[in-house]
Amino acid sequence: MGDNGFVKRAMVIGGGIAGISASIDLGNGGYEVVLVEKLPSIGGRMLQLSETFPTLDCAQCTLTPKTVETGQHPHIKLLTYSEVEQVEGKAGNFLVTVRKKAGYVDWEKCTGCGLCQQKCPSKDPSEFDRGMGLGKAIYTLSPQAVPNKPVIDPSHCRYFKEKKCRVCEKICPVGAIDYEQRDRFVEERVGAIITAVGFDLIPMKSFGEYGYGEVPDVIDGLAFERLNSASGPTTGEIRRPSDGKIPKEVVFIQCTGSRDPERYMPYCSRVCCMYTAKHARLYKHKVHDGQAYIFYMDIRSTGKGYEEFIQQGMEEEGILYLRGRVSRIFRDGEKVIVWGVDTLTGKKVEVSADMVVLATAIVSQKNTKDLAGKLGIKTDEYGFLTEAQRKLRPVETDVEGIYIAGCAQGPKDIADAVAHANAAASKVQGLFARH
Amino acid sequence: MDYLYFPGCTLNTKAKNFDQTARDCSLLLGFELKELKNWTCCGATFPLATDNIMALLAPSRILATAREEGTALTTLCAVCFNVIKRTNRLIQEDGEKRDKINNFIEKNYQGDLRILHYLEILKHEIGFSQLKERVKKPLTGLKAAAYYGCMLLRPFEEMGFDDKEKPTLFEDFLEAMGAQATEFPYKIECCGSFQSVGSPDVATECAYKILGSAIKNGAEAMVSTCPMCTFNIDHKQSDIKQKYLDFKPIPVFYFTQLLGIAMGLDYQTLGFEQNAVDPLPLLKEKGLL
Amino acid sequence: MKIELTRQKVHNEFAKKVELISGQNLFACYQCGNCTAGCPVAFAMEVGPHEVIRYTLLGLEDEVLGVNTFWLCASCLQCTSRCPKGIDIARVMDALRMVVLRKKERKDHIQIPEFPEGFLEKVPQIAFVSGFRKFLS
Repeated sequence: MGDNGFVKRAMVIGGGIAGISASIDLGNGGYEVVLVEKLPSIGGRMLQLSETFPTLDCAQCTLTPKTVETGQHPHIKLLTYSEVEQVEGKAGNFLVTVRKKAGYVDWEKCTGCGLCQQKCPSKDPSEFDRGMGLGKAIYTLSPQAVPNKPVIDPSHCRYFKEKKCRVCEKICPVGAIDYEQRDRFVEERVGAIITAVGFDLIPMKSFGEYGYGEVPDVIDGLAFERLNSASGPTTGEIRRPSDGKIPKEVVFIQCTGSRDPERYMPYCSRVCCMYTAKHARLYKHKVHDGQAYIFYMDIRSTGKGYEEFIQQGMEEEGILYLRGRVSRIFRDGEKVIVWGVDTLTGKKVEVSADMVVLATAIVSQKNTKDLAGKLGIKTDEYGFLTEAQRKLRPVETDVEGIYIAGCAQGPKDIADAVAHANAAASKVQGLFARH
Repeated sequence: MDYLYFPGCTLNTKAKNFDQTARDCSLLLGFELKELKNWTCCGATFPLATDNIMALLAPSRILATAREEGTALTTLCAVCFNVIKRTNRLIQEDGEKRDKINNFIEKNYQGDLRILHYLEILKHEIGFSQLKERVKKPLTGLKAAAYYGCMLLRPFEEMGFDDKEKPTLFEDFLEAMGAQATEFPYKIECCGSFQSVGSPDVATECAYKILGSAIKNGAEAMVSTCPMCTFNIDHKQSDIKQKYLDFKPIPVFYFTQLLGIAMGLDYQTLGFEQNAVDPLPLLKEKGLL
Repeated sequence: MKIELTRQKVHNEFAKKVELISGQNLFACYQCGNCTAGCPVAFAMEVGPHEVIRYTLLGLEDEVLGVNTFWLCASCLQCTSRCPKGIDIARVMDALRMVVLRKKERKDHIQIPEFPEGFLEKVPQIAFVSGFRKFLS
């Protein structure tokens, strides 16, 4: 705290790559940071990814050192499975009330041994694996989770649903299971807040013409990431959800819900061109005799090494790019019929695909608007946080002491989200230095 | 100094004027074009189908024979230049094709000849400034458009003749002769080439565009390095005139004919009777006869 | 008007043959259209060279072999010279000619007996020799 009572301690809301990056920057700057994450562990969306473009580095391999560093950082306090409840005060003296959600596990006692997860008898579709794999009711998001402590999801837990089971309680060697646990509230006094709550994908059920998300072999981009992940439901083999067969004809559809002002989102989601190219290439790496088709409207590959990455995909991996939107997808026996067009020849194109991957639009997290209300900052009509000035003040907000970082402000790739977070952290340090 | 010389079919017949003027001028410039023995047609097209070895044999045999007589081979015709230079490079770089070709022609040629175009001798061996000093009758007042066509320039990586989009070698030559070189955008565009056989109307249209572009930019005459181009832009002017009534024909020279005038050769030895559009009225008007 | 694509069709025998003869990778084409934009004979073509490449890639053999594009190509190499992907398009055009001329029907593109009177005397050898190489089986 400065002599004038200005609290030089920051809160970062959101533990994805943006929030982590900002926290580490601030921590390394010597400031104390409280990192609030709504899920049980940090890492965010990047934890779901298999490889990242344009280098095809393993996402977990690049992310894990960052999550570990965050978890062990002497200046960073993690509040996971927590959400911001209330914010009062102003720059230099915010009082933030954080709800620590009941996870029914006493993390003070828990050693993270993992026995409870092994023995838990419930098996339900895992949200982390986009519904493709089965998860336990007591879970961590990954074996390398930070912190590596589980929580119980009462909506899947037999004890909560049927009042019997209690296997985890019986197996836990340290008696950490606490079915009576309630939400708790903690107060944190901070001088600045960085909001980095990330993004979501527009749900597949939005797309009637693509089967309302009901065609099993039509999946979204994050689901493909999970399919391709060694830690995913198929341990990295490309197998389609309906019958586990290896798909030989895979159609990727860019701009699903993006650049569609009439029906969905008018904006470009910025990452789909690149991750679709990546998906198609990774698919070809695993299924050599398979064919990847990509329907696109334009190819936007503006980052460093991105255009080269796209062209390599076409040229060296034989990915067939088809310029045009897909009008309809429906199931026909074992096949998924795709009605598209190749506007370069002016011909309608029909593919009897084994699997379809939709590059669905990036949308804001559904509670972003709520949070913005608590913080007194603005969102745009799509729920993305609004920066103070479009060009020259990209990480500030209209409220002094409150900053934004990453996809909460709008779609970004990892490199841009990290740069945005670095900028936000630097702004906070500047603010602290002035007081 | 002598240069081993490959005339090519058309220079032996329909473009004798090109061949003869080149030989005569070289003597005036102190070198001789020594005609290659037992030469054959080069095939008139470098085979673009990569599996077409047969079409490489004629130029390969020409090269192998030439290597027995010297270390460099000179051509005048842009098409021959292209075919021979590209074949030479292919033999140099592609060991597998080289072996195949040598097996066919029963030679052991390694692709180590230097392939020269006559204009390159003028520029690099003699030098345009030297050449300028040898000019007896400068082509003062003659506005001539240097038409490169395709084969001298492309593919750039293999021909290495001059800049592929804005070459100036040919204009520099004309300026050395005292002429005024007309810059025009179509100087590197195609005359229609062998489409004069396949789709004559298309070739006529190509020629019309080239001539029109040169005329629009002030040219009074065209200058060519290629009997194929010359056929399309000179001999087809009668067809152009039939289609475009307001078209005013202009003479097309081989560059060696202009060199001959400048070197002071008698115009009656320059073979103008083989030119389709008679150049004499223009030359007379410019006082160059 | 409609193409049903399969992986067999995307890697169709026809396209493979064209790639083999031309030595070019058709998948490298990103359809910028530069070849067509600079083609001196495009005005007379039914479709541009870039479209021919697209059609070939999609296995539309009959449609490709039915257009005049590759017959009209004068091998001037302007497309080749400017292709941003390094595709030697003139070789692709030549390969298409070869695909037709090498068929057992030996369907020549020009018929010498049909030349107008005096044509052979008028046209220089250079045009005949190259023309025959491009148009006759």
